[in-house]
Amino acid sequence: MSVLAPDAGDRLTKAAVKGRSLWDDARRRLLANRAAVTSMAVLALLVLLAVVGPYLTPFAYDQVDKQDVWLPPLKEGHLLGSDALGRDLLARLLMGLRVSLAIGVVATLVSLVIGVAWGAVAGYVGGKLDEVMMRAVDVLYSLPFIFFVILLMVTFGSNIVLIFVAIGAVEWLTMSRIVRGQTLTLKNREFIEAARAAGLGRAAIISRHIVPNLLGPVVVYVTLTIPAVILAESFLSFLGLGVQPPMASLGSLIAAGASDMELAPWLLVFPSVVMVLTLMCFNFIGDGLRDAIDPKDR
Amino acid sequence: MLRYIGRRLLIAIPTLLLVITAAFFMMRAAPGSPFDGDRKLSPEIEANVLAKYGMNKPLGAQYVDYLAGVARGDLGPSLKYQDKSVLDILAENYPVSLKLGLSAIAIAALVGVSLGVMAALRQNGTTDHLVMAVAILGVCIPTFVTAPLLVLGIASKLGWLPTAGWNDGALPNMVLPVVVLALPQIAIISRLTRAGMIEVLRSNYIRTARAKGLPENLIVRRHALRAALLPLVSYLGPACAGLITGSLVVEKIFNLPGLGKFFVISALQRDYTVVMGMVIFYAALILVLNLVADLLYAALDPRVRLG
Repeated sequence: MSVLAPDAGDRLTKAAVKGRSLWDDARRRLLANRAAVTSMAVLALLVLLAVVGPYLTPFAYDQVDKQDVWLPPLKEGHLLGSDALGRDLLARLLMGLRVSLAIGVVATLVSLVIGVAWGAVAGYVGGKLDEVMMRAVDVLYSLPFIFFVILLMVTFGSNIVLIFVAIGAVEWLTMSRIVRGQTLTLKNREFIEAARAAGLGRAAIISRHIVPNLLGPVVVYVTLTIPAVILAESFLSFLGLGVQPPMASLGSLIAAGASDMELAPWLLVFPSVVMVLTLMCFNFIGDGLRDAIDPKDR
Repeated sequence: MLRYIGRRLLIAIPTLLLVITAAFFMMRAAPGSPFDGDRKLSPEIEANVLAKYGMNKPLGAQYVDYLAGVARGDLGPSLKYQDKSVLDILAENYPVSLKLGLSAIAIAALVGVSLGVMAALRQNGTTDHLVMAVAILGVCIPTFVTAPLLVLGIASKLGWLPTAGWNDGALPNMVLPVVVLALPQIAIISRLTRAGMIEVLRSNYIRTARAKGLPENLIVRRHALRAALLPLVSYLGPACAGLITGSLVVEKIFNLPGLGKFFVISALQRDYTVVMGMVIFYAALILVLNLVADLLYAALDPRVRLG
């Protein structure tokens, strides 16, 4: 590619002495990706705000104040203004961010557990069972899922646990396909054969060779699933079927802001900005991770 | 070919059955009934109303009745809109959603493909980075954010376009809803096109075309684009699902008389037959579109064999 750096010889001998693992390599590539690093910093800040922020605001997220309705930002101690019931937007925004992030992470974990179990079993066992399991995924794929999620919310009333389950149950399909495909290709790869020939036991092969290679695509997909879940929850909240007031999520705040936007545009703008920022961070990190972990496109 | 289509349609039947069964029992498990009004009906009247719609029978019998109706192509009467059958409601409101969806997908394909090709031809250049930035924004800004912001800016503040309403599909009323629906699709399509194009431009037959001395735009249009657009065909199904989801939000915000607006309202009002009818309709639509996408793919790419 380029001319060798002056210390290349040194580095080569060092590399020969101490090999770099797959993950060292990936970390190095990830840290070289400016968008991903910036996103990680911003996301860390957002998570910190979501975790400790609600304790630090002078107002509670559900504190109604009939005197101070529709205050623009920076009035009467309301940094981001207040809504139709005089509730502090900053406090509600921090709470909404916390709820949205929590739903994103928990529902993704639900989809992770189902998807990895389903995909790994189908891929590992193979044969008829594999065919039946994957056909089921195909069938579920072709359903208008959003309708079922809406029906589920209507049927059982919207509570947060149900939102986790409903969204997680939708998102596992792609995960199971990815995990199955990966397991299938790994089973027959030369390095697995080599490991077997070198006398490694099955447990060692799985833990040292299959799992690390499975982990890469799974981690990437998890970072891309979290924003999808946040989006799905906000979508439900926007339709009035998600998180119920006085509790807030980014989606319910945007919905409330959209209905009052002529009078109080800040109620729409601030939650929208936080929402877009959060989704962008996850997407950049996901893209960065994919480039870092998948050495094919180097 | 015909055997393949036949087999796919055979698989579609159990899929639809699953959809109907799940939707039927979920809807019935919901608390409340379509006849809960502001005023409580007297027991006699309620019994009569239930009997009229066959809802006094056991749930299993109702399910069988419903399936028999669907098999005959009869989706039943609406329980909330007097004197309208579910088919009437579908026929009345689906054209609105269809017009929106088709306009959005046409614009998204045109703009998305152009942007993708432009980015791929100048890979890692300024245009490329700009297009990819737009693509990332398009994926990250949800429809329920773009829609109110555009209404606030372009319709309310500037007064260039109407804020809401359908007005029989007049062009000014269509612009904002279609743009909002198309934006996320533009983002995805331009990404897919760019990726496909970059891969194809590296291939040997493009090098051959260059070696023959063909002008660049001929190479792009006649040789590269056709192969690069193949992945887009399989995106047809997901795109349709995305548009349907988007229409739920867009039709609500712009107060358009499409099916999307009906679904949530009907589900909340427990209008069982309308909800069921819409779920069946959209499921069938997605199944057919997926089949069309697979057939198209096989027709366009001779390496793919159906079987």
